[in-house]
Amino acid sequence: MIIYWANDEYFQFPEWFYEKAHLTFRLAEGMSYHFLLMWFFAINGICYVSYTIVSGEWRELVPGHDALKQAFQVVLHDLGIRKEPLPPAKFNAAQQIAYTGVVLMGVGSLLSGLAIYRPVQLSFLTQLFGGYPNARLIHFLLTVGYVAFFGMHVAQVIRAGWKNFKAMVTGNE
Amino acid sequence: MNNDRRAFLKFGLAGAAVVGGLSQLLKISPHEFNEGLTRKLFGARREAPTFPRDRAREPRANGNVGLDEELTDWSLKIEAPGLPARSMSLEEVKSLPRVEMTTELMCVEGWSEVVHWSGTPLRHIAPPQAPEYVSLTTPDKSYFVGLDLESALHPQTLLAWEMNGQPLTSEHGAPLRLVIPVKYGIKNIKRIGTIQFTAQRPADYWANKGYDWYAAL
Repeated sequence: MIIYWANDEYFQFPEWFYEKAHLTFRLAEGMSYHFLLMWFFAINGICYVSYTIVSGEWRELVPGHDALKQAFQVVLHDLGIRKEPLPPAKFNAAQQIAYTGVVLMGVGSLLSGLAIYRPVQLSFLTQLFGGYPNARLIHFLLTVGYVAFFGMHVAQVIRAGWKNFKAMVTGNE
Repeated sequence: MNNDRRAFLKFGLAGAAVVGGLSQLLKISPHEFNEGLTRKLFGARREAPTFPRDRAREPRANGNVGLDEELTDWSLKIEAPGLPARSMSLEEVKSLPRVEMTTELMCVEGWSEVVHWSGTPLRHIAPPQAPEYVSLTTPDKSYFVGLDLESALHPQTLLAWEMNGQPLTSEHGAPLRLVIPVKYGIKNIKRIGTIQFTAQRPADYWANKGYDWYAAL
């Protein structure tokens, strides 16, 4: 499977677009920024997880043992099928699964990313992901996962309204 | 001022600080930053994994710069500071210790292929006190590759004359090409004409077009 390469295998803008936007021969530059910013992605993730552990807030974020069943009720509720209100909690089970899952995805992206960034020097990691082409596929699928997470997240924020958005930004409830 | 306003103000200021920090960050060269960090962390210390011979396939023949001319009297020219230039025939190169290996060739565009190579490690032709860099060019000088000495002297860096048990074809770099598994495919120069050991960081065909000079794997 060709995930992406510099050929116009799947899609191409008209030639003038690349010229106007100065986008010819810049694949490696884009890769380079990716490899620069991945360290900030990693540091950011480590800070976030450390904070939830130190503050004890992980208890509200990690799903409990019957989270799947509860999350199903949340979906029914959000679709308007279940009429009763959800049990009161800072985060419902669907949120807990999503927020914990996305952190695990981040770990997966970081490790699979390192596995394809240095597949020779970190070959043990590349083997762990089933080889170079497989590690690339996993890294790509995780990115598709973020797009799905983002879409759902923004849809839910719009649905929850301005007051909720304000609380998310400011931390004041 | 209520809590919300204050918080939004704080958020705005923090956002401006982040944008300011990022614009500072964009001023550093990402290629240089990555190379500096990755050379310290990993360098080219470890060997690339090898595969069973029967996994080997014919790779795509990407890259034909420097392969246009009809080759008549090929010889490998070797230059090093303080030493007279010398040249080797293909037979002389083939008389050096032969190494066979099955490694993965990885292209910066995303594809990869397991290939079986036969050749001799480049370090067999290196002078004893080699300077920091190595430059390799095609006979017509139109394709050229720069390497750091550590990667050039890596035991799996081969001057190869056979691919998958057959003599190299012209499109894969006959008569002699570089195979360097610790680097992306762009560094695996085909049809080597001259190898120069040099103290100055040499020019590199794809680095001149904005690609990463180090291009390590």
